[in-house]
Amino acid sequence: MKFLEKNKRVVYVDYNATAPLRPEAKSAIIEVLGNPGNPSSVHSMGRQAKNVIERSRSQISEFIGAGQENVVFTSGGTEADILALKGSNCSSILISSIEHDAVLGAVPEANRIKVSENGLLDIEHLKSLLKEALKPTLISVMWANNETGVIQPIEAVRNLASEFDALVHVDAVQALGKLPINFLNSGIDMLSISAHKIGGPTGIGALIIREDLSLEPIMVGGGQERGKRSGTENLAGIAGFGAAAEACSRQEDADKKIVHLRNHFEKAIITKVPSAKIIAQKEKRLDNTSAIFMPGLNAETQVMAFDLEGIAVSAGAACSSGKVKQSHVLKAMNLPDELINNTIRISFGWQNSEEDVNRLIEVWLKIYQDSN
Amino acid sequence: MAALLKIEIKCEKFFVMEEKIDLGLPGANWENRVVVAMSGGVDSSVAAALVAEAGYEVVGITLQLYDHGSAIQRKGACCAGADIHDARLVAEKIGIPHYVLDYESKFKESVMEEFADSYARGETPIPCIRCNQTVKFRDLLQTAKQLGAKALCTGHYVQRAIGRSTVELRKGIDQKKDQSYFLFATTSDQLEYLRFPLGGLTKDETRQHANRIGLNVADKPDSQDICFVPNGKYADIVSRLRPDAIEPGEIVDMDGSVIGKHDGVVNFTVGQRKGLGIGGRSSLAEPGATDPLYVVDVNPAERRVVVGPRSALGRNLLKVSEINWLGDKPISGSGEKLMIKLRSTQQPISGTLFSEGGDNGKIVLDELEFGVAIGQAAVFYSQEDATRVLGGGWMTETSSY
Repeated sequence: MKFLEKNKRVVYVDYNATAPLRPEAKSAIIEVLGNPGNPSSVHSMGRQAKNVIERSRSQISEFIGAGQENVVFTSGGTEADILALKGSNCSSILISSIEHDAVLGAVPEANRIKVSENGLLDIEHLKSLLKEALKPTLISVMWANNETGVIQPIEAVRNLASEFDALVHVDAVQALGKLPINFLNSGIDMLSISAHKIGGPTGIGALIIREDLSLEPIMVGGGQERGKRSGTENLAGIAGFGAAAEACSRQEDADKKIVHLRNHFEKAIITKVPSAKIIAQKEKRLDNTSAIFMPGLNAETQVMAFDLEGIAVSAGAACSSGKVKQSHVLKAMNLPDELINNTIRISFGWQNSEEDVNRLIEVWLKIYQDSN
Repeated sequence: MAALLKIEIKCEKFFVMEEKIDLGLPGANWENRVVVAMSGGVDSSVAAALVAEAGYEVVGITLQLYDHGSAIQRKGACCAGADIHDARLVAEKIGIPHYVLDYESKFKESVMEEFADSYARGETPIPCIRCNQTVKFRDLLQTAKQLGAKALCTGHYVQRAIGRSTVELRKGIDQKKDQSYFLFATTSDQLEYLRFPLGGLTKDETRQHANRIGLNVADKPDSQDICFVPNGKYADIVSRLRPDAIEPGEIVDMDGSVIGKHDGVVNFTVGQRKGLGIGGRSSLAEPGATDPLYVVDVNPAERRVVVGPRSALGRNLLKVSEINWLGDKPISGSGEKLMIKLRSTQQPISGTLFSEGGDNGKIVLDELEFGVAIGQAAVFYSQEDATRVLGGGWMTETSSY
């Protein structure tokens, strides 16, 4: 097809949706896939499989400052969130209004904590909700938002929680690998993480749980993961997760590069099109995330236009049908409709280069000019 | 050897094909991006495939118009129906990018709400025309332009022709499949940008193409119902959106005597004979026999359904609004002699259209017409050239003189 030649460079800037598989994770997975062995079996193959899991558990616990006994593998971030929210059996659950669908869907009846127009949790509102909440109370707040990248005041949440004797669950799926995390020092009770956001495979995640916390399992059966999550372990996924975590912990240089790329992009656009806007630019954000408003073109159409130029970005949270829903995050921030409807998310990662960003800037400006 | 043979057969098939679709766009085909509206049915799938075969840069777009899960009222069903899945598979097969656009709120606002209102007013609406007029040829068309597409294609069986002074809308070649009735509201500006790759094909030819290309939807049956009423029970939708329209009331005869009860005006349409739940009346013409009864009027304010003999249905004066005129010259002051369709399945009848200022008009039919329902469209065809569509309007009042 001749028109395909029109598409030049393919650029992936949708790391918050999923990151490319790291080579270290890929080889760990392939190695494991070659061996039989159920980790619960008594024979040597079983023991080898068990070793794979424990090695990965140690890689992950090291990466996030937890003990190995804190790590419970799950099928991903969604399951980790559900286990935390449903398994802790709290009478009252308070969640931020910008949580991921996994949290919103698990506890639709939960009280919502407001956020400011910069996407930051309203601590005063949380306090007033805590005063009225039934006990035991669970607070669930994400560490960093997937759409805006805004980093939430987890320490302040934790301090309030101690004051009101509430449990704290943190969805750290987007924060993992992008912010330093030390579970044991954080005082958090439960933390959800997922492999594929840091270059591991999809279908594997973990809930990190304070050791003395009692949690009722959602998946029952053979009693794997110390009874907290039954089902034969996803061995290849777990191996890939551990390898990705270890590779991620050695990437400080890449982090510096990523923030430079992101800032270069934002500066270039705002300089050329001052009516464009970066959402929550002045807040503390993840280094890789940019929620950017393009005047005059809705997010849905922007995503298509970028894709047709070979650039992968996203808008709001995509449903499995592929349709784009209006962003509940930007809505919760009480932004004007135009900002909610015309903002897309660009999220960079370790494989992006200066040329990627230059192409992104070129295409952004072209789409803007063509539609206005 | 076997492999060689295979290639030869493939090539032969290739050359047997008729000439490729030409959308009449300037420049080489591959330089032109075009959007094809893909519903997941066989027609729009073949339209997309033929345009792609002709070498255009095709972008397939499927509109999510309503929540499928809630339309079939099944908990846990996906918001997207099987049609969206089919469209995606077709796009994959023919190698084009494909997107699903969320038009739920636009569709609800522009089509479903009006559909319910119209029924509640005792009318018989045609949501498909409203949908073409609004979400497809206004909203999707705008998106196509924003994507830099040079044209928007659909799988409708109508033709577009370059006339002497304007772009013309014409019936599809296939008389049985012609969809011009449903596209009367397409404006000249929209026609400039639209293309209908199937207008010159019969439905059989479309299915043959689908088989030749190997599309999974080749044998998919044509849709019969209104898309957002999958089980055909539109009263359910109306009762959900406008609960008043399903309150029970009386069935009266032409003199106002009560002769029965009904369970909501929404279940009746003018001209309807079946399902009244009452028999005919003694025939005056033929003692001992009964004349069948028809719905002659639906009065939602009094929740009354008026029935009478067929003769009471005769109409020859129609008021139409929102006229879309596609003639070469403005509507003549002395009246335009036209062929007119008052139902999609009807053979055109002759009449004269008079403008009443703005986009309003009056139609005088040459002969009485029976069972004309308010809310339906009156679609105009040329008397000289039966294939040419001259627009149409929505019927707001009917009477006889």
